[in-house]
Amino acid sequence: MTLQLTNVTKKFGSVAAVDQLTIEIPEKQIFGFLGANGAGKTTTFRMILGLLDETSGDISWDGKPIDYSRSNYIGYLPEERGLYPKLKVKDQIVYLGRLRGMKKNDILSELKVWLERFKVPDYLDKKIEELSKGNQQKIQFISAVIHQPKLLILDEPFSGLDPVNVEMLKQAVVDLKNQGTSIVFSSHRMEHVEELCEHLCIMQQGKPIVHGALKEIKRSFGKKNLFIHADFDLSYIQDVPGVIGFKNIPEGCKLVIENEETSQKVFTAIQGKGFVRKFELEEPSLNDIFIEKAGESYE
Amino acid sequence: MNKFWIVLAQTYWSRFKSKSFLITTALILLLILGLANIQTIIDMFSGEEEPDKIAVIDDSNNVYQALIENIANADVQIELSEYKGTVEEAESEVQEGNYQALLHITTGEDNLPEASFHTNEISSSQLTYQLENNLQQIKVAMATSDAGIDQATVEEIYSPVPFETVMIENESGQEAKTEEELNNARGLVYIMLFLLYFAVITYGNMIAMDIANEKSSRVMEILISSSSPVSQMFAKIIGIALLGLTQFGLFSIIGYTIIQQKKDEMVGGFFEYFGLSDVAISTFVYAIIFFLLGYLLYATLSAMLGSLVSRIEDVQQLMMPVIFLIVIAFMIAMFGLNMPDSKLVTITSFIPFFTPMLMFMRVGMLDVPFWEIGLSIFIMIVSITILGFIGAKVYRGGVLMYGRATSLKDFKKALQLSKKE
Repeated sequence: MTLQLTNVTKKFGSVAAVDQLTIEIPEKQIFGFLGANGAGKTTTFRMILGLLDETSGDISWDGKPIDYSRSNYIGYLPEERGLYPKLKVKDQIVYLGRLRGMKKNDILSELKVWLERFKVPDYLDKKIEELSKGNQQKIQFISAVIHQPKLLILDEPFSGLDPVNVEMLKQAVVDLKNQGTSIVFSSHRMEHVEELCEHLCIMQQGKPIVHGALKEIKRSFGKKNLFIHADFDLSYIQDVPGVIGFKNIPEGCKLVIENEETSQKVFTAIQGKGFVRKFELEEPSLNDIFIEKAGESYE
Repeated sequence: MNKFWIVLAQTYWSRFKSKSFLITTALILLLILGLANIQTIIDMFSGEEEPDKIAVIDDSNNVYQALIENIANADVQIELSEYKGTVEEAESEVQEGNYQALLHITTGEDNLPEASFHTNEISSSQLTYQLENNLQQIKVAMATSDAGIDQATVEEIYSPVPFETVMIENESGQEAKTEEELNNARGLVYIMLFLLYFAVITYGNMIAMDIANEKSSRVMEILISSSSPVSQMFAKIIGIALLGLTQFGLFSIIGYTIIQQKKDEMVGGFFEYFGLSDVAISTFVYAIIFFLLGYLLYATLSAMLGSLVSRIEDVQQLMMPVIFLIVIAFMIAMFGLNMPDSKLVTITSFIPFFTPMLMFMRVGMLDVPFWEIGLSIFIMIVSITILGFIGAKVYRGGVLMYGRATSLKDFKKALQLSKKE
């Protein structure tokens, strides 16, 4: 049940929102979509769901295009949150669950389990408009997963939540994966993607600029971070060949180096100059990779 | 198909259980009850009024008795009493409020009665009219008896001339519609016009609001990822149609019950005017056909427009063209009730947005060849199909479109969104 996108392009007028996107989303894993607003994530999701038709290219899931005949196996949490404000949580989820092919009684018993899990069991009879935004989002999440979809698409699932709730939702996402759901999710928070995804794709202006397995991406990136905490002035290290970036921090400095070998040169350069409390080589964070590739900074 | 029914049921029940629906229905039921009992209500209020007390000074001596008799025979609330004083005294009594007015009867030169009505308030023109009328009768009786003409001759003079309209049979042996049939049809056309007008405005608005509501609360994107927008659109249209039928059904049952109970009271009144007693079955069938087609056409249009807006506040603005269309149809129909065979009506009855009102009016009031009816129904079905097709396309794109949508440009944008480039 892999999801395969081949040369997918979507044009709105003359603007290409998604341009020649080719990715394979493996089964029973979490796949992360990264990108700024307007990078084409939501458009890609809408095309996967069949809400929009691709201008060219091909999307298939398990070898066939996705249409409404298989919508019962798909869960979707749109970026624009929305539920009926006047409906009770119960009625809401029952309606949306039935639209995913579930029976009313199954929905109600599932819903109780989920509410219990999210520590809001007394919301069953509350109207959506009475809930806080974070809690509305929990209900929205439940509506996307209550039918145990095989493919779950989460568009910015953690935005607007406090850290406790983010953890709660993350755990739910991981559990769903372990139960066999393939999950595609988008975020502009690098650390969430780094933490959850085996595979990812960074998009910019509709084009995938980085794409593949997380470990692979980090290894092939090459550049690494080097932290040095020392008592003496380190600014001369900038001139060591292979050092690309230099930034003073209170305890010392943070370097960006071309490759692992450079760290040895730096090590030699500081030897005997004074007391060094810390010398640490670090894998690049996704944020670093993203900034490097996209040339833009993110929160 | 299964999901179609789920959306339909949800549309129906969520509206049915809403406060606004229950209140509106209850209010209209009250109105129906009130209208049905209008006579009782009016009597209840007017029954407490005392009869008008009129002082009469009769200087002709013989008119007063005749007037008393006439008034007693006529069923009016007037109490006459002879006043044995001068006009001035009587006038001051009127001022004090002892009498409503003073009627001063004198005899003219030709020995016929003349009268003056003295009052300090112009209250009821009906009162003076009744008095004048009765005096007129007395005067005619006196004048004719003076001239030596007997009562029978007078009645003969005043009886209306016999006037009969005869319909000439046409070649196919059918008679043109008689005046009576025309009246019957007119009543049904009236009712149909109002129902269609009411239904389009109310339920069209409901559909557009429902869709705009789902869009503004952003629940739409989940909905269209679960089931196809096209089936959702039609589920909504039919769901609201069923709601309308429920409401109308309720009104009809109540109305029918009342009519059954008040049958005797109502004979000759309302029903004779609207002539609902014997309308041809075919006219009823056409009424239903044109009503349903009309509803479908306007509902599809409303659904399409509803899918374009993203805020409830914009619904009214976008619904304006729809309301204009139905108002224009209504106006032409009103004009056409008096001349159903005019060119304007004939031509406009083939324009789909006007057909349900105008073609039905023609069918009811004229002998329209069957091919014309068939053609107009065909045009309607084709335009509903086309509108449904475009509507579905616009709906599909429109529901993903947010922002202010009030122009034709948005319409194009929605169409573009729903297709491959």
